[in-house]
Amino acid sequence: MKKSWNWTLWVGFLLVLVGFFSYAFFVLFPATRDFPWVNLTLFCLGGILLVVGLARAFGRPQVFRGKIFGPILAVIGLLVVGLFAYGVFYEVRQMPASAGAPRIGESAPEFTLPDQDAKPVALSDILRSSQAAVLIFYRGHW
Amino acid sequence: MVAISVDPPEISKRYCQKMGFTFPILSDPKTEVIRRYDLLHKSAGPGGADIARPAEFLIDRSGTIRWVNLTENAAVRARPEQVLRALDEQLK
Repeated sequence: MKKSWNWTLWVGFLLVLVGFFSYAFFVLFPATRDFPWVNLTLFCLGGILLVVGLARAFGRPQVFRGKIFGPILAVIGLLVVGLFAYGVFYEVRQMPASAGAPRIGESAPEFTLPDQDAKPVALSDILRSSQAAVLIFYRGHW
Repeated sequence: MVAISVDPPEISKRYCQKMGFTFPILSDPKTEVIRRYDLLHKSAGPGGADIARPAEFLIDRSGTIRWVNLTENAAVRARPEQVLRALDEQLK
């Protein structure tokens, strides 16, 4: 008897991949970036389908295929989720302590730096010409 | 409002034009000011370059810091409404 296609394995694996790569899109919105719940939901759905697929492949091997590629897809899927978790929950949180950063009530260290037109700009110049200054440090490398 | 990064002026200029920013982006390629503010993130840039960690400061006219945001997560920065609220609360 010809065995049935074990679609749950492939769809589950596909959902895991979609969960991984779609972060490039969901990272654009604070609601789906600060906590990546859309991606985690996709991982969960993919994981459930993979488990169902594995159960079918090993529980009823006479009916369903997937005893070989099922575990392979599941392991790759786990690695993909692990890589995502490492990047999103660990790597981006590796911040320096910045214990010496100026605190509220302290005076902001003066500086002069060139702007995008190479014109020097001093903090004191900005403060002289406006009510206040918002100083934003970026990681750069744009 | 001013931004500071390690990028040289020509990169910042291209980025400003691309994004339509009208505020200045200052260049600190030697990370002198970034170090003075203790915001150096060593080897965290592409190719192990030193960069600044994301940080936002509100400074009043007298040069005093009125509000600071040092994120614990590089992906989560101060949102515009947070900065506006700090402005409202601190400078009314």
